Parts: sequence; structure tokens; C-alpha cells
Amino acid sequence: MVSFSVNKRRVNLDVDPSTPLLWALRENLGLTGTKYGCGIAQCGACTVHLNGEAIRSCVAPVSRAAGKEVTTIEGLSSDLSHPLQRAWIAEDVPQCGYCQSGQLMSAAVLLREKPQPTDEDIDEAMTGNICRCGTYPRIRKAIHRAAGMMAKGEAR
Amino acid sequence: MSGPQMERREFLKFSLAAGGGLLIGFSLPEADMLATAQAQSATVFMPNAFVRIGTDDRVTVIVNHSEMGQGVYTALPMLLAEELDADWNKVGFESAPVDPKYNHPVFGMQITGGSSSVWSAFEQFRKAGAAARAMLIAAAAQQWNANPATLRTDSGAVLDGTNRKLTYGQLAEAAAKMTPPTEVALKDPKTFKLIGKPVKRLDTSEKVNGKAVFGIDVKMPGMLAAVVARPPIFGATMKSFDDSRARSMPGVRKIVAVPSGVAVIADSFWQAKMARESLHIDWDDSAMHTFSTSQMMQQFREQAKSPGTRVRREGDPDTAFSQAAKKIEAVYEFPYLPHAMMEPLNCAVDLRADSCEIWTGTQFQTVDRANAAKIAGLPPEKVQIHTTYLGGGFGRRANPQSDFVVEAVHVAKAVGAPVKVVWTREDDMQGGWYRPAFLHAIAGGIDSSGNAVSWRSRLVGQSIFAGTMFESLMKGKEYDPASVEGVDDLPYAIPNLAVESHKADVKVPVQWWRSVGHSHTGFATECFIDELATLAQKDPYQFRRALLPKHPRHLAVLDLAAQKAGWGKPLSKGRGRGIAVHFAFESYNAQVAEVSVEDGKIRVHRIVSAVDCGHYVNPGIIAAQLEGGAIFGASAALFQELTFENGRLQQTNFHTFPMMRMNECPEIETHIVESNEKSGGIGEPGVPCTAPAIANAIFAATGKRIRKLPIRMTEAV
Repeated sequence: MVSFSVNKRRVNLDVDPSTPLLWALRENLGLTGTKYGCGIAQCGACTVHLNGEAIRSCVAPVSRAAGKEVTTIEGLSSDLSHPLQRAWIAEDVPQCGYCQSGQLMSAAVLLREKPQPTDEDIDEAMTGNICRCGTYPRIRKAIHRAAGMMAKGEAR
Repeated sequence: MSGPQMERREFLKFSLAAGGGLLIGFSLPEADMLATAQAQSATVFMPNAFVRIGTDDRVTVIVNHSEMGQGVYTALPMLLAEELDADWNKVGFESAPVDPKYNHPVFGMQITGGSSSVWSAFEQFRKAGAAARAMLIAAAAQQWNANPATLRTDSGAVLDGTNRKLTYGQLAEAAAKMTPPTEVALKDPKTFKLIGKPVKRLDTSEKVNGKAVFGIDVKMPGMLAAVVARPPIFGATMKSFDDSRARSMPGVRKIVAVPSGVAVIADSFWQAKMARESLHIDWDDSAMHTFSTSQMMQQFREQAKSPGTRVRREGDPDTAFSQAAKKIEAVYEFPYLPHAMMEPLNCAVDLRADSCEIWTGTQFQTVDRANAAKIAGLPPEKVQIHTTYLGGGFGRRANPQSDFVVEAVHVAKAVGAPVKVVWTREDDMQGGWYRPAFLHAIAGGIDSSGNAVSWRSRLVGQSIFAGTMFESLMKGKEYDPASVEGVDDLPYAIPNLAVESHKADVKVPVQWWRSVGHSHTGFATECFIDELATLAQKDPYQFRRALLPKHPRHLAVLDLAAQKAGWGKPLSKGRGRGIAVHFAFESYNAQVAEVSVEDGKIRVHRIVSAVDCGHYVNPGIIAAQLEGGAIFGASAALFQELTFENGRLQQTNFHTFPMMRMNECPEIETHIVESNEKSGGIGEPGVPCTAPAIANAIFAATGKRIRKLPIRMTEAV
């Protein structure tokens, strides 16, 4: 049994502790917003927050989450109110959309740590997230836009 | 529409009519499309297959093309909503079921491909919206006892001269009783309110909160998970397998041989994957165990030394070449490439005695249904496909054999329970159906005044159509039109011109990959024309201009890209600019790339892309497709190849098959030519020019020519 919190909800999972957190989230908890892309921490589609840090859930055994707090895309906001979600909508970022959960979760940590990120900061924080559709230019714009919104106090 | 493209479409229709047994109707007959055959409940108005209006004013547009990022769930509803005069804020979408009603009006089957969704829907969806509007007006006229001709519509309501108003929701019930019109007038494009505007995508919200359902997310009660152990080498067959250890692993329900390999079915994906790793399978891999791509390319080079099948011939290219004042020969090489969509292949199947339901992200519903029905032992009508969101497609999810669907039906048959087959990234990358490797040998010459006088392209590569249901596209031809597209219609005014094609007999499964033949012909032709310009000591942009007197649309995008990129203006030290122009999928694209090379490392700083895609629908989506197309093209140009040694593919995942990432992504600027020409494609046309623009920019920066992809400065000449 592995116990942890997901999106502020307590969960107890009867699952092999070596199962990657990604599959525990997707298959045992039905949180399919977190995506499988590569299974080897190369693409970032599976990015979630573990105690506030961005991690690749495809290579993190679920046991690593024991007693900790996991946040997935479903917990970023309940109503699309996170400045990044609003900025993503304003810039029409997603194409196929498959990688975007991971992109947003990586960007959320970046903005918390660097509320006014430079392009170099964005490169550093986002280079682990692959987008095959090629939405990078819009992701960059949307991160700057979200930072602007937060600076103006338009969002929490 | 150009000749060759029209011909291709005709062939496609023919091929399906002749061979596939899949063809139900070439196009939607108006009467059928507007028939009352659609179920019309008392509270909901569904005047035709493409739209439903509820009493709550909601307008649902049923989209017969798959959403794989290219924006059809927004662009197609825009077409319908425009003529319906709908309130855009009340417009939603739904994916169409498989039904002849939803066949592509030109291709004669349900398919998303060929960058054709918008142009094929351009009238179809507008007419569907206009028909619904006419019935709503008729309903209002009846209610008000008014002459329909005196009524107008605006933003989801019918109004009369005194501004009396009934919303579409209020009229839905009554409208459902009206007779569908046999003919409808369409708006004058000058009055469009939605078409041509950068309307926000309708699918963004659910793609930023994790709610969007992709095939891999499908879950149904009692559903099991499966992975399949497939042959390590193409063409290998299974001799035997030992599952004694795997069988006893947690969650494993069944391990069974299926035609594509050994299926491991478990309660969860992870359990199935773990058990698969414990299987011992003895393969007979003798078919291709000595295959290597380096040897194959050597063979391609040999083949290219002799004349190939004639594709196009004008003037006397051989004499002109031998008499040219200056001449040059170049060999261009292209690797196999996987589509590598972010969402690996998957397919969920619920097979019952008299029905088969399939959930998957597919581009090829009609074909998948027919192929699935054969395996299920059911008539196609008993097979339904629920098209989910596609986590990228790029052509892979339109497989002529429906490989990932057929396999899942086999697994479902074997296990007797609803099951979802999921491919790992490694399975997906090693699973075949790649962009074929190609070689182009080009020879060209100029006269003493620097005019291009001869050009001969010889292509060697595998056919995509051969051996598939599309083989009849090659009827009467000894070559595959998908191999030579983009060079068979070379627009440059060169009096002596030959295009020849050699078949390659290789057993690696190949398929269309975003921009298909143009993905290599665009590079070879646009790099070689650049080499001719250098030979003539002329500016590569001006050299192209002079050779395009009869191609104003090529010229317009070329000029626009050059102008916006500041062609000819000074650049900072170490940088070079390269240009390319290409016609593909009914659209014209030109790109200028700005590049620097330091210590052999290439940096693409900026790409300016200009497109003429005819009458456009959503400039925001077009910009996104051009940005994405350039990044897709740049990824292939700079990083990507699949190589085989001893029959085995050397690349497995993103560590050995890199993608362009945020820190490598250039600044991308896009420009659209205003046009009233027929709508063209946008998903693919933005790809072909990127690699040659980068390669030509490298030449400008370093004096080195690139003749092999992916680009390596160590291989530059």
C-alpha cells in the first residue's frame, strides 16, 4: 500500500511500489491528463509536481511519492484560472495537445521560482519538454504573457 | 488546381472504386446530405449530417476529419457557422462516426490526409450551414406568417424588419419539421464574419486542463491492457515462445500469439509491459538479418548511375548537359524517418458476438473499419469507430493495412474482453511505416550567360503505394507518383529537363510522412537550384525569380519571404541566409532561414515563412501550422535519421532520435498572401522548404554544401 496526496486528496494505492507514478496516476487513479511519451525521462509529457518540484513521473516509482504531495494537470486549477492556462488559451498554444500537460507543469514551476523569466530561463526550464507539433514559439510567448498577468496582479 | 494533383485525386477515386470494395459514394449527393434520413428528435434540429441545434441554442458541428493538431475542430465549424450565422460562442464540435455520409467528397472515403480537410470541406460545410439556416428562416416565417425573403439572420437568431427575434434554439423544434432546401445560396465572401478571421481554437480549454481524451486515455468497464512483442527485425516470423515466467507475473491474464507477434494481456499496461520483458521468443529473422542502410544507400548510388523510368522529359537534356558551359552533379541522400507522434500508437476494442466498437485516434476510418471487420468476422456496418483526439498523426495513423487497429482486434478476439493495446515509444519507433529513404542524383548545366539550360533528376527509393490498396494509383505508370511529387512539376523554366525514377526493392514498411514525397524532393530541387545559382554567380533569390516567369504564385511567396526576411541586407558576422520555394498540396510556400555555424554546430536563428494557400479560413491556425511545419522540417534537417545494421534498427527512443527542443527553436515569422484562389492545404506545405532553406543558409555562411540529411558539417562538401 502506498499513501500520498494527489491534488490535495489523500489516496491509498494497492499497487506494486515499483510501478511508475505515471501509470499509477493514469491507471489506478484515472488521472489521464498526465501523458506517456517515452518512458525514459526524455520528453517531459509525464511531468507532475512532487512536493512542488517538477518530476518525470514515468521514471519515478510510486513509492517515491509516499507521504508526499503530488499535483497533476488536473490540480493546476479547477477552473482554467491558472495564469498559465489563461495565457495558453490567449496564445492558442496547443495543436494536438498531447504534450501540453507536461509543458504547463514544467512552466508552473518555472514561474513560481522566476516570476519574470528571461528567454534563457525559459530555455533552461522547458528544454526537457518535447513538442512534436512545434508549439515552442507560442509556449515562450504564453509564459511571458502569464508572467505579465501575475506581475499586474491579475492572478494569484 | 494543378493538373497533376487533379489527376492524383481522380486516380485515388478510381483505385478505390476498382479495388478496395470500400467505396460507397464519391461525394455527398445533395439530396442525401440534406435528407430527413437523419434522426430528428422533437427537441433537436439536425437538418443534415453535419450540424445539430438544441433548444438551448447550442450548435454542434459534426466534423468528419480527425483533430490531430491541425485545427479541423475549429476551421470546419467556422465554415458551417459562417453560413448558418451562428453565435460563435454557442458553437461546439463532435467527431463523426464512420458512415459514408462522412466520406471525403473527393477521396471517396473517410480520411484525414493530404492537407485536404479545409479545401474539401470548404463548400460542403458551408452548404450544410446554409441549408440549416434556410430551414430556421422557414420556421420563423411560418411562426410570424411572414415572407421568408424579408427575414434575416444574425448571431444565432432570425430577425424580421421590425427586429422581432427568435433564437435558433427557440426555432429548433419547428425547423426540424421544415423540408430541407434542395439548393442553397452561399454568402458573398466579402460578407464573411468568421472565415478569414483569427478565431480562437475551440479545443484549447480541454487541452490545458487534462480533460481532452486521446486514444491512450480511453477507459471502459472491465477493460484490460495489452502490449505486443513484435519481431525485432522486419519480416521475421515467430518460431516459438516461452511464457512460463511471464504467465505467473502479477496481473497477467493471457499471453497469446497474434499475427503480429505475442500479445501480453494484463490488468494494467505496466503489468503487461513487465511481463513482456520476461518472454523468451525465438524468431526466424532470416528475411532481413543482413540488411543495412549504408549498404542500401550504396546500392541506390549504383542504381542512380543508369537511366530510370521516364517521369518527365522536355527538350534534349543529355545533349544540353554535355554542351553546357558549366555543369554540376550532386547526389542527395535522405534517411528513413518515423512519424514519432508524441502519443504512441494505441487502440481500444470491445468485440462482441455481433458488434465491434473501436476507440482510437485514426486518420483512416473507412479503411480501418473495413480491415477490422474482416478480422472481427462482421459486416463493416457492425463495426463502429469512435475517433478520439490524435496526439499527432503526420500520416502514421492512416495505415493502408490498419496495422494498429487490426492487431488490436486480433488481441480482443483472443482475450474475449474489452482491451486496449498500447505501444511503447520503442514499439512505435521500431514499428515501421517510415518515410522512405531516398537518393536523388541531379545533373545540371548553365550556358555562358549563366542561364540554366539542363536539369536531370534521378530518384531512387521505395514506393509507398506498391503492394497496397493504392497500387492502382500507379496504373499505367512505372513509378509511384508519391515518390516524384514536387520534382515532376519542377516550376523552373529550364528548356531541357528530365525526371527519372528507380524503384528500390527493400522490405522496410514505408508510408506517407508529413509532406510525403515533397519531404525529399523539396530539399533536392531547392538545394540544386541554389547550386546552379552559385555556378552562374548569381544571387540565389534573383536566379529563382528569373526562372519563374510563368508562376506568379511561386513568385509572390518568394518575394514576400525575401522581403520580410530582409534579403540582401547585411547580417551579423558568421551568419548566412538561405531561401527555398516549393508548391505542395495546393499551396505555395517560401522560406528564408538565417543560420550560423560554430565549431561544426549549426544554429538556426530565424525562419521567415510565407504561404499562399488560396482563400484561407483561419489565419491563426495557418500561422501555427507554418510554425509547426518549420520546426518539424528543422528537426528532420538537423537531427533525425533511422539507420539499420544487421537488420536491426539502431534508434529506439528520443535519446537516439532527437527532436528539436525549446532551446534550439528559432524565431519563426509567418506571412500569408491574401488570395481568392481555391483553398489549398496547410498541414504539410510548411515542411518542405525548411531543410533546403537551412542548407542554403549554411552555404551562405560557410561556403559548404549540404547534400545529405540529417545535416552534419563533417559531411558537407
